[in-house]
Amino acid sequence: MTRRVGLLVFASLTIMAAGLLAATCLGAKQISIQGVWDSLFRYDGGLDALLVRDSRLPRAVSSALVGGLLAMAGAVMQGVTRNPIAEPSIMGVTQGATLAVAIASVNLSVYGLLGNTLSALLGSLVSGLLVLLFSLQSAQNMNLARLLMAGTAISTFFLSLASIVALLGNRSQDLAFWLSGGFRTATWSSVGLLLPVAAACGSFAVGLSKKINLISLGDDAAVGLGVNPTRVRVQSVAIIIPMCAACVAVAGNVAFVGLIVPHIVRRLLGNDYRRLIPVSFVCGGALLVWADVAAKMVNIPYETPIGLFSSLLGIPVFISLIRREKS
Amino acid sequence: MKARNRMTVVMTVGGAVLLGCCLFSLLYGSYEMGLGEIVRTLLGGGTPNQNVAIWGIRLPRILVACFIGAALSASGCTIQGVTGNPLAEPGIIGINAGATLAVVLYISYSSEAYYSALGAGTLILTPLLSMAGALSAAALIYGLARKKNGLGQNRLILVGVGVNIAVSAVVVLFQLSMSKGSYNQALAWTNGSLWGTGFLYLAMVAPVTIVIFSILLYKSKTLDVLSLGDELATGLGVPVDRERKKLLILSVLLASAAVAVAGNIAFVGLIGPHIAQRLVGGRHRRKLPAAAVISASLMVFADALARNLFSPVEIPLGILLSLIGVPYFVYLMLRAR
Repeated sequence: MTRRVGLLVFASLTIMAAGLLAATCLGAKQISIQGVWDSLFRYDGGLDALLVRDSRLPRAVSSALVGGLLAMAGAVMQGVTRNPIAEPSIMGVTQGATLAVAIASVNLSVYGLLGNTLSALLGSLVSGLLVLLFSLQSAQNMNLARLLMAGTAISTFFLSLASIVALLGNRSQDLAFWLSGGFRTATWSSVGLLLPVAAACGSFAVGLSKKINLISLGDDAAVGLGVNPTRVRVQSVAIIIPMCAACVAVAGNVAFVGLIVPHIVRRLLGNDYRRLIPVSFVCGGALLVWADVAAKMVNIPYETPIGLFSSLLGIPVFISLIRREKS
Repeated sequence: MKARNRMTVVMTVGGAVLLGCCLFSLLYGSYEMGLGEIVRTLLGGGTPNQNVAIWGIRLPRILVACFIGAALSASGCTIQGVTGNPLAEPGIIGINAGATLAVVLYISYSSEAYYSALGAGTLILTPLLSMAGALSAAALIYGLARKKNGLGQNRLILVGVGVNIAVSAVVVLFQLSMSKGSYNQALAWTNGSLWGTGFLYLAMVAPVTIVIFSILLYKSKTLDVLSLGDELATGLGVPVDRERKKLLILSVLLASAAVAVAGNIAFVGLIGPHIAQRLVGGRHRRKLPAAAVISASLMVFADALARNLFSPVEIPLGILLSLIGVPYFVYLMLRAR
């Protein structure tokens, strides 16, 4: 098993590295590998060098980090809700953050006070608490249908509020941009936001993974083995909230990553969350780097929303997960 | 006997509330009119301005809202009965989303003449398209949910929610590439609105609603039995799979007629039936009409608010309704343990 883990991590890291390279080379302006090398180590201030240093590279790194964070958040969520389809965007956490971002971009005083990042954090805090409420209230008899409908209801609620905000601020069409996600605006400061969040929350999540393992066996089993399920759920949601907030603040709503990646990793490595959580991070990063390359390249020089690719991959996985569920 | 008395009381009070909501909606608007003026206009003696406000705008909207409320609540009632899931609703299981996608596709590929030349062709074509979209979404959900051993109750809803999420994502993608004018036109659909409703739409939605509603009332015993669960229903001699299919088709038709006129309106099919269930019990013969009256009042009232709350900006009705509906939904979920 350890060998398999090693193999998978190595493969994803290779794919991710290749993706990072592709993301720096490819784009509206093609840059050769030699050019990338030069602009990194023999900086001459030319256009290529500026592009690589200030636009391509931070964007590629951000996409890797966001992919990793989302995949990890999905894995943690699936563990504590004991539900294979739990995922930040399906459960409405990202929509809460989207509402807050909408408010911030319509209302300048809010923007000045909080900025995008803090608003996203506040928004996902509220929606994360709602998810927590649901998973605590009825963790015993929470079947797939109820959880899914709860998520849909929460997302509808926040999206409705966001639509009103956008409508009154005369920014309706921007809503579609906030919702579809993308890395157009990623800079080094985005990386500066994502990296500490990934480091802190990632290590917390790995630390919690043993307890999440026990909870995924069932609350009774967890209590019998000396773990307080409520406490672990609260802690997990407390980790998920900043992860989602950082992702929404940087990239908007990138759906389904938290669903696809843990699902694939689970099939390869089994249900052990001690492996699932960190490996999901690596694989999610690899996936989203390439998705972002596709987003840049498909309709060059225009950007295709990255959510298109993650949804195209995610929906079949989603439907197959549902069909497998017993009625 | 007691239940029948109760039904009479509920229907009387409900009817009075509905009338009150209609009156409120007639009175409340940016063109101010007194009660006497409204009565005079309704009787045919109004000034041109008053005629436009009442006959051109407020009255058709009220009537269409009534019929849509009834249609959506009957559709929700039926889906809840057939799937055995009290939280099912046409909006949540993806039928509305299919309709929205069809309309959004049409708007993004049709001509850009949205303000001047909204001809009769577009006026009729859009509802038809949205109906086609709703039906294809329902067919897709049905096909994906079906397995060899028949149609699972839960699977239908799960697949529906999945399709809803997926289709909504696609809708957002198309909205991105629209021009501002097209986007605003599409917005009325994606968020549900009765803006620009006239008597033409009433003529489209009313007959469908009346016919299917009567069929459902006629089938109310079957619905009662089906909501007991598959085994019991089979034991009582109901061909479960066939009846379920028929009833589902009827409810999808109802929902699609409503969506065709008003766009994506969610949660009405949830609120009405639940309140009705509490007031008159679970027998569909009583529940269907009571739910229809409740939902119709809700729709008329919400539409009056949507028109005027942030006047002159009109808030889409569907948004207003989900702001009311979601807390209720959450309450229902937390209560049902």
